[in-house]
Amino acid sequence: MNAAIDLGLFADLVIAVSVAGLALWLVLTRERFRAVVGFMVYGLFVALAWMRLGAPDVALTEAAIGGGLVGLLLLGASARVPPEPAATTRRWPLHLTAALLSAVVAAGLAAAVLALPEPAPSLAGTVADALPATKVDNPVTAVLMAFRAVDTLFETVVLVLALIAFWSLVPDRAWRERPAWLPSPRPAPALVLLARLLPPLGVLVAVHLFWIGTSQPGGKFQAGALLAALWALTMIAGLTRPPAADRRLPRLLAVIGPAVFFAIGLAGIWLAGDFLAYPTGLEKPLILVIEAVLMISVAVALGLILAGLPPAAAALSTQDHQGGAGAPREPRS
Amino acid sequence: MTTFLLIAALLVLVMVAVALARLLRSPRPVDWIMAAQLLGTAGIGALLLVGTATGASGALDLALLLALLAAFATLAFAASVRSRTERGRGSAAEAGTPAAAADTANGGLDP
Amino acid sequence: MIMVLDLFTIVAVSLGLVLFLAGVVGLLRLPDPLSRLHALTKADNLGLGLVILGLLAQVDWPFGALKLIALWVLVVVSGSVAGQLLASTQHDLLDTAPARVPDQSADRSQSQR
Repeated sequence: MNAAIDLGLFADLVIAVSVAGLALWLVLTRERFRAVVGFMVYGLFVALAWMRLGAPDVALTEAAIGGGLVGLLLLGASARVPPEPAATTRRWPLHLTAALLSAVVAAGLAAAVLALPEPAPSLAGTVADALPATKVDNPVTAVLMAFRAVDTLFETVVLVLALIAFWSLVPDRAWRERPAWLPSPRPAPALVLLARLLPPLGVLVAVHLFWIGTSQPGGKFQAGALLAALWALTMIAGLTRPPAADRRLPRLLAVIGPAVFFAIGLAGIWLAGDFLAYPTGLEKPLILVIEAVLMISVAVALGLILAGLPPAAAALSTQDHQGGAGAPREPRS
Repeated sequence: MTTFLLIAALLVLVMVAVALARLLRSPRPVDWIMAAQLLGTAGIGALLLVGTATGASGALDLALLLALLAAFATLAFAASVRSRTERGRGSAAEAGTPAAAADTANGGLDP
Repeated sequence: MIMVLDLFTIVAVSLGLVLFLAGVVGLLRLPDPLSRLHALTKADNLGLGLVILGLLAQVDWPFGALKLIALWVLVVVSGSVAGQLLASTQHDLLDTAPARVPDQSADRSQSQR
């Protein structure tokens, strides 16, 4: 067993050094696209680190969000931001100050964590004692959906607010146009093949992740993020077209999760005595229903954000661009 | 057996870390995408080895998720390259020289 | 019986690691992107495939084994198509180094463009 512990320590060392090295490197690198790809790689390494720390739910979320969605968002953004001026030598004092501040914060956090008494105070025992009452076996799901359901409700509302904030960038006259960030003209046949093959399998995996979330690592958010990434894939390949902002169905689907959650919470006042209290005997079915609609809302909201903005929104940006397609580029000589 | 599988997982991790350190320094975007693809596959391998050795829950599911998402960097890169070369061909049709199309396309993704 | 299974796992996983190492070395040492891509896809398909083959002897039949095989099929399919996709981007970008291309096809590729 000692060998296993030493190996684990060595693996942690490799992961920690890689994560720290990658983070430093991608902050310092000059090319934007290289930093974005480095960030996706970094997300994958952090997911492995979460696994080593014994947090598989967080690892799943990190892989889905960091590896898939944020990567796509940043890739799209990096293609649209105008190139930076070449002279960055004057900004060294700013970089150094930022690095020093980050190091001070990190050192403070490390000191706080290391100064905790052994064993560190935690609510894990209390949660484990109360777990059977919730009829779900995964303590993370129990905390998110039963003990701290109010927090989860507000988080899902925040997602809808983010979508509204994103859509506020669409000018009035472009409100009925379809977003144009994702579809690429004449996608490569291999890309279209991927877009036909992966989504059906991915939907199966997403449903699997959602279903086992009650007893094993998984749940609605990872499943919803995966579904959003698969939808973005079909949009990139041109197999489906992103909906315009004024369509009713996407809006309804994005809102239905928090709405149902809130309604069940309100009903809990009459049926079980408190807001978001579940009547005894109905906990697991209610949690499953809430998780299912939340998964749909998360998938639709994230997918709509990934789909981007109509081309007319890009026309408001300051640099010149080639007519119509929307992504600004360097000026033609 | 457990020790052997854990050593194998560690070797995979070390190999991919070394490969990343070398690939991400390259000036070509395609090398970075291949680094991301390699890390996805190596991550799946390491996760499966550790998951089978220690019975950690969620390792197989994380591996499934990685298998689905591993190609995302590749496809986003391919889509952006294709849209840039399409625009490059558009401008080359105006300019009249195939070499100009290759040059604007080969400007790559570095801003 | 257990010994045979364990031996099989050790052999298969070791072979997979060797192929993975070969793929990584090829990825780092080969000169141009298309040959590096070739090395990468070998590490992806064969390296991971052998590792999964070895692990099949360690998991419970049938469900554990089926999950592993499904995972491998997914990796092979998406890896192969992604390899094709990367190669097509190279064709788009004309990124092959001129020194590797023999004289005749250099003229042909220039006249194609």
